[in-house]
Amino acid sequence: MSIAQSTRPPIAPPSMMGASATIVWRNLIHIRRMPEMLMDVTVQSVMFVLLFAYVFGGSIAVDGTNYREFLLPGIMVQTMVFSSAVVATGLTNDLQKGIVDRFKSLPISRSAVLVGRSISSLIHSSIGVAVMGLTGLLIGWRVRNGIVDGVLGFALLLLFGFGMIWLGIWVGSMMRTVEAVQGFMFTVMFPLTFVANTFVPTENMPSWLRFVAEWNPISALTQSCRELWGNGPPASADAAWSLQHPVLMTVASSLMFTAVFAPLAIAAFRRRSQD
Amino acid sequence: MNATPAIEAIDLVKKFGDNTAVDGVSFTVPEGTILGLLGPNGAGKTTTLRMLTTLSVPTSGTGRVAGHDIIAEPDAVRRSMGLTGQVATVDELLTGRENLRLIGKLSGLPRSYIRTASDELLERFSLTAAANRMAKTYSGGMRRRLDLAVSLIAAPTVLFLDEPTTGLDPRSRTELWEVLRGLVRDGTTLLLTTQYLEEADHLADDIVVIDKGIVIAAGTPTQLKDQAGRASVVLTLTYAADLREAERLMRSCSPEVHVDETARRLTAQASGLSDMTRIGTVLEDSGIAIDDLGLKRPSLDDVFLHLTGHRAEEADESEGGEEEVEVSA
Repeated sequence: MSIAQSTRPPIAPPSMMGASATIVWRNLIHIRRMPEMLMDVTVQSVMFVLLFAYVFGGSIAVDGTNYREFLLPGIMVQTMVFSSAVVATGLTNDLQKGIVDRFKSLPISRSAVLVGRSISSLIHSSIGVAVMGLTGLLIGWRVRNGIVDGVLGFALLLLFGFGMIWLGIWVGSMMRTVEAVQGFMFTVMFPLTFVANTFVPTENMPSWLRFVAEWNPISALTQSCRELWGNGPPASADAAWSLQHPVLMTVASSLMFTAVFAPLAIAAFRRRSQD
Repeated sequence: MNATPAIEAIDLVKKFGDNTAVDGVSFTVPEGTILGLLGPNGAGKTTTLRMLTTLSVPTSGTGRVAGHDIIAEPDAVRRSMGLTGQVATVDELLTGRENLRLIGKLSGLPRSYIRTASDELLERFSLTAAANRMAKTYSGGMRRRLDLAVSLIAAPTVLFLDEPTTGLDPRSRTELWEVLRGLVRDGTTLLLTTQYLEEADHLADDIVVIDKGIVIAAGTPTQLKDQAGRASVVLTLTYAADLREAERLMRSCSPEVHVDETARRLTAQASGLSDMTRIGTVLEDSGIAIDDLGLKRPSLDDVFLHLTGHRAEEADESEGGEEEVEVSA
């Protein structure tokens, strides 16, 4: 045996969760060192809340509530949906810079790279939701139905965010550059978050568009938050089934996203990392 | 001498679609030695290294690192080796010390060990003063040193380095060579890929030359130089008018003489110093004025030219990245 071998330190390979926690620690240092990474969920969030509340707010009538109450759940949902873009950008960046290779050369579970990245992206988006909540409180938004329903609303946001993250990992594993990921995600996600009840009621849309918007899972999540937080009345009787049962629809769609995109994402990541 | 080699590549093959990047590469690296994997861009060096370090799964064939099979026991391989990639994979937003801590924790080392080992490594790589600065403020040489320090945090017995000195200035390169030699003195086994013949010549105990995914030569630097042909005597004349006469005289000493008229230079195949002395004496007797006379041994560059028919640097420009499959329109 060589000298190096006899003086080797004791090695106890970390558990998957232990390794994930270390990667989260590292990703959070990134946010602290480069606060501009949070611009998308902080400055932009405040700006969007204020722009929509004051520029569009006066012209959009919503039944049973005022527009600011109506807006806050919608815009929080949009932020959570964009966690898929956050995770995709972060993952592509790590792949491009060879950081993922370095992690993979270590005796850790390969899924720790994904789990760590997902958790830190959810934290990233949650910071955005918190900033929006504070802005909302300042302009009159409140959670009006008590703590349990309030927490349930935020839990649904996180659950849906978890489903979206797999989409992000899938896209992030398939694309080669951060620019491509950003271009793709914004092109796809923006229409998805707008063709919904996030910013305007669906009632006045042309009937085909209303159909699409109401079945959009993003609408069900928004409707769930509005009802749970007391920010709007239940969906009208002629609305789609998904809006009549928004919580059920949200749980189902989150699980469905996970069931569809998680295997695709893991396969794409594995393929990317086998070559 | 230990019976099991530190690194073994056994008929490694890697295909990317129709493109065979590595086509049956085999070699062994004895413990405590340096193997230089030499070849132009796109030769399959990085792909070979990625297979041995478990980052890439071979299409066929296998390998062993520190006695562990790369396919059957990838985790055991990962516990025994360190890897320094082609681009310095330090985390730019983390400080030097945090980079060491990150990889130390992911390697499963105890906290107290990470702390003392980090201090030692930072000291050894002259990074103590910069330890608490973000790595993005580091120079190229410092990043490389940090990258290497990070690879050494778990005291691996086998270290893989992919073009460790690419992009470094000559001084940083020499410094890094010194560090690598130190590691080998301490018993570590090194496999490094390089495009620089000079680097392989300086550092490696053994060299494996690969081109287009296959091993085209292997041996010590000296053996390879011998393969490229014998030494030659190079004579430069003062006056071009003497060329014919000098050529005739040289032919009486050596069967093969090459004349370069514009440079007033004659090259004769020789077997050693005695040939040079003989040619020198003959020319002196004839009274031909000479500028220079010397014995030229083949460099690894000549070896490469001899083996592949092209210079290492030429291949550089004509081919793309290591793993890019280029399709010309």
